[in-house]
Amino acid sequence: MTVVSARNLGLTFKTDDGDVVALSDVNLDIEQGEFVSFIGPSGCGKTTFLRVMADLEQPTAGSISINGMTPAEARKKRAYGYVFQAPALFPWRTIEKNVALPLEIMGYSAEERRQRIARSMELVNLAGFERKFPWQLSGGMQQRASIARALAFDADLLLMDEPFGALDEIVRDHLNSELLKLFARTQKTIAFVTHSIPEAVYLSTKIVVMSPRPGRVTDIIESTLPKGERPLEIRETPEFLAIAHRVREGLRAGHSYEEHA
Amino acid sequence: MDALRQSKVFAILMLVAVLIVIWYLAAIWLNAPVILDRLSREGITPDVVDLVVRTWSYNRPILPAPHQVAIDLFNSTLMLAPANKRSLIYHAWITLSATLMGFVMGTVLGVALAIFIVHNAAANRSLMPWIIASQTVPILAVAPVIVVLFFNLLTGDNLIAQMLRLNSDGAQLVSKGVISMYLSFFPVVVGMVKGLRSPELIQLDLLRTYNATGLQTLRLLRWPAAVPFLFASMKVGVAASLVGAIVAELPTGAQAGIGAKLLIGSYNGQTIQIWSALILASILAGLLVAVVGLVERATVRSMGARP
Repeated sequence: MTVVSARNLGLTFKTDDGDVVALSDVNLDIEQGEFVSFIGPSGCGKTTFLRVMADLEQPTAGSISINGMTPAEARKKRAYGYVFQAPALFPWRTIEKNVALPLEIMGYSAEERRQRIARSMELVNLAGFERKFPWQLSGGMQQRASIARALAFDADLLLMDEPFGALDEIVRDHLNSELLKLFARTQKTIAFVTHSIPEAVYLSTKIVVMSPRPGRVTDIIESTLPKGERPLEIRETPEFLAIAHRVREGLRAGHSYEEHA
Repeated sequence: MDALRQSKVFAILMLVAVLIVIWYLAAIWLNAPVILDRLSREGITPDVVDLVVRTWSYNRPILPAPHQVAIDLFNSTLMLAPANKRSLIYHAWITLSATLMGFVMGTVLGVALAIFIVHNAAANRSLMPWIIASQTVPILAVAPVIVVLFFNLLTGDNLIAQMLRLNSDGAQLVSKGVISMYLSFFPVVVGMVKGLRSPELIQLDLLRTYNATGLQTLRLLRWPAAVPFLFASMKVGVAASLVGAIVAELPTGAQAGIGAKLLIGSYNGQTIQIWSALILASILAGLLVAVVGLVERATVRSMGARP
């Protein structure tokens, strides 16, 4: 089943200094159960594309559908969970209350809230930290809490905007393998923005390489690595390095375009 | 000894001690001419010690000495029954009740206006200039007009008066409260507009992804984020409220309250009474701000602030 389908999608921001083309002629399908990474330099429109899917930005050309609906309808049906670059936890709420936030808004009963909080906290290995306030947790734990919050209401689609960008490499490795376990356990569809090549190759079943000015897709790579859980050591295999090489080539092609322009 | 020297209490006490010394010196400087003049008419030339003692114990001084004010304050608060009309406690309560009423009304009005301004683009553009203009009006000049206007409105023959059925004390209280409200709503509006807008874009986006309603966004995000701003505003507002209540009593011929006490004192040249009323007013202001501060500490702690 196709979860996301974009056709000739374009988005132009009108600014005081003239138009800025953030996305141009993007064609992409994301199938149920895929882990799709968007990779590219700053300004390539990868975050913008994620925000268009989430109905946080409005496209100015082409069409996009989420589960056969417009992004606005999908948002109103709470079809996706969004994880931002920063944890965006509310500092006056404990971790469990933060995870409960979407459940409160969506009107779940107290009993169901309790169950769902427990299950999502378990999924991100944060059980035992329910009563802590955000400032009492490390950056990595805060970001895990924000993932638990996105998982709490069982949306099938998870949109993640550089969720581990601000974390150090060791924590990042750890969270990447946790995320893959979670992906294998929950059968969700994940769209994941990153600018790290190893992260993209390690996590994804499909890698979308983008280039800036105007933001467009330069390459779509289907991963040959096994789906589901992958050991961190897979990053030293020739197969992994071959995919990483192709991603790097795609990025380089995008850049040379910019230099000639 | 070092701990003592670095403590806050020590710093405050040192400052008070310095001020009291300056006050005693100023009392000599200001009162001496009057006393010398009177004594010279009686043909007496006092020595220095005698003169200094007289400047500090004169019964109608230009500037009373601190101990004279302290004794008067003590006698007119703790030595009289609070219901006694000569008791400063009685007058302080009259002013305090108007202050609290105006403070509550002002805070509610300020919060309501801020919520309106944050949620309505037209209100945002049109209301703020008027709110700022309202505070440029000299309150001392318009206070009598407003107090008299509201007093007549609340006791006269009209619908509002018939609905509220206030006696003249009640009407006086409310009309003074209006001045307090006028002064205290302003810091609350300004602080709360800033506070309600303080959530980060990412937090607002998050609630949008949940398809949260405007009311949910206000209740779950904007309001809690604005709480620290509310308390900062309320500290300014409560002090302004007290000033408003005193100002409302000053030019309107009020018979009771700290403002009335100040006015009566100045008619009769009772400088000691003026000063003890002033000192009581500042003690009151300090207490009010401290109470708001205590509520703030308790609230912020329950909202998970770092200790």
